[in-house]
Amino acid sequence: MILATAELIGIFKWLHGLLVDLGLKEPWLTVVVYGLLSVTIFGVLCLIALFLVWWERKIAGHIQQRFGPMRNGWHGWYQTVMDALKLLQKEDILVDTRDRPVFFWAPVICFVAAFLAYIVIPFGKGLIVADLNIGILYIIAITTFTVISLLMAGWGSHNKYALLGGMRSAAQVVSYEVPMVASILTVIIFSGSLSMVDITESQQGNFIFNWFIFRPPFGIIAFITYIIAATAEANRTPFDIPEAEQELVAGFNIEYSGMKFAMFFLAEFVNMFTVSAIATTLFLGGWNGPLLPSWLWFLGKTLLVVLLLMVFRWTFPRLRVDQLMEFAWKFLVPLTFANLILAGWMKYAGWYW
Amino acid sequence: MIEAGVSVIFWILAFIIIVSALAVVTLKNIFHSALFLILCLFSVAGIYIMLHAEFLAAAQVLIYVGAVSILIIFAIMLTSNLASERIVQSNKNALVAFFVCLMFLVTTIVLINKTGVWNYTSGVLPAENIITIGKLLMTQFMLPFEVVSVLMLAAMIGAIVLAREDKA
Repeated sequence: MILATAELIGIFKWLHGLLVDLGLKEPWLTVVVYGLLSVTIFGVLCLIALFLVWWERKIAGHIQQRFGPMRNGWHGWYQTVMDALKLLQKEDILVDTRDRPVFFWAPVICFVAAFLAYIVIPFGKGLIVADLNIGILYIIAITTFTVISLLMAGWGSHNKYALLGGMRSAAQVVSYEVPMVASILTVIIFSGSLSMVDITESQQGNFIFNWFIFRPPFGIIAFITYIIAATAEANRTPFDIPEAEQELVAGFNIEYSGMKFAMFFLAEFVNMFTVSAIATTLFLGGWNGPLLPSWLWFLGKTLLVVLLLMVFRWTFPRLRVDQLMEFAWKFLVPLTFANLILAGWMKYAGWYW
Repeated sequence: MIEAGVSVIFWILAFIIIVSALAVVTLKNIFHSALFLILCLFSVAGIYIMLHAEFLAAAQVLIYVGAVSILIIFAIMLTSNLASERIVQSNKNALVAFFVCLMFLVTTIVLINKTGVWNYTSGVLPAENIITIGKLLMTQFMLPFEVVSVLMLAAMIGAIVLAREDKA
């Protein structure tokens, strides 16, 4: 049974009507509605993150000619549920020399920042919490809190590996943000709006060929550079020097255990889903697609991008620190800026669109 | 009811801004100061949101939280005698600084009181105000916009000159 998007929206409308019937007045109605929405999105994202952890382990296993998790259920499908339960019960080991408030708040900020982006991500036609007119700019701004949380974790742990990991991650994310924003700006030139809904709607029609990725050459170049920069933003191999196991043990989260570690871990997978969802919205037409309901299109495309990132992780070697910086500043930045300027010129000249 | 809620949120934000700003200049641990600076600047972005200036709020977070604060934290982490030491943030000139700040405060209060009627519109902001901002930046305010870019470029070149290894 496939739920049509209209039915999904219908469920929300029915709940809203139920709350009105219960005699709820403004502004409490708004508060309750938004509270329910955030709980729903939080739950869905936690489920997605659990699924992604399992999927990643299966893909890693099959690429390395193993099976991956097999014991718990069919092909180990509830392995991550068990892992999560185990992490919940674990002792929270604390270092004596830690910087107490900083150590405590780092995983909290990381976790919250990972979920904040979902306010403006359109999961389907009409399935968006708030269509801000600064949409994509809001996401770019809010994700910087992830960097701060990593720096806080590195500092608060009072551990040289953690500190090095935090520093490396900040340097990396700040560097790769430049090409990422430049490739996002290319899409904004195409669509003429920052709102996620407007960006998606300007890719409607013409079967699938109105998606921005099918606007050669600028759309394709922007998509590829965005995916590279997004891999770096999500701290994944080949750009995972912040937690390079062989060099830094585990990087910024080395001193964290139990539920605090789980928060970093979950946030990492949610971040991966976020960058994929943004790639879907900006380049792959968002919810647009023939036949199937819009939320299914969105989910399918996003999971496809996630699959791409996962295959990257298990097939590419890690870049060295200096190579990483040179790649960002000497290759990606000039490329994306040239792409941006040419795309703007083409739009101004009216060659296409 | 909505107005009451808005003013409650304003007072909460104002309280956070003032407390965190005080923490920035008084705490002994300079890393904590930097984190409170981030909190302070983020709460200012909240005030902008309340004024329906979403673009300004996003720019505030992007520039101050995303770039400036991270730069400050970097500087703290890379400076060995600043890190994890209890430092005193004031020096002999504290008294002079206090009076200068007091004068500034008094001037501001006098100016606010002298302005009898504040000009503001009751109209609703256009939904596409971000396009208007972009157009104005590229037409009417072209010169300040370019001057800011040149200033940034100068700072960048200065940093490179300072950081470059001496070949000789």
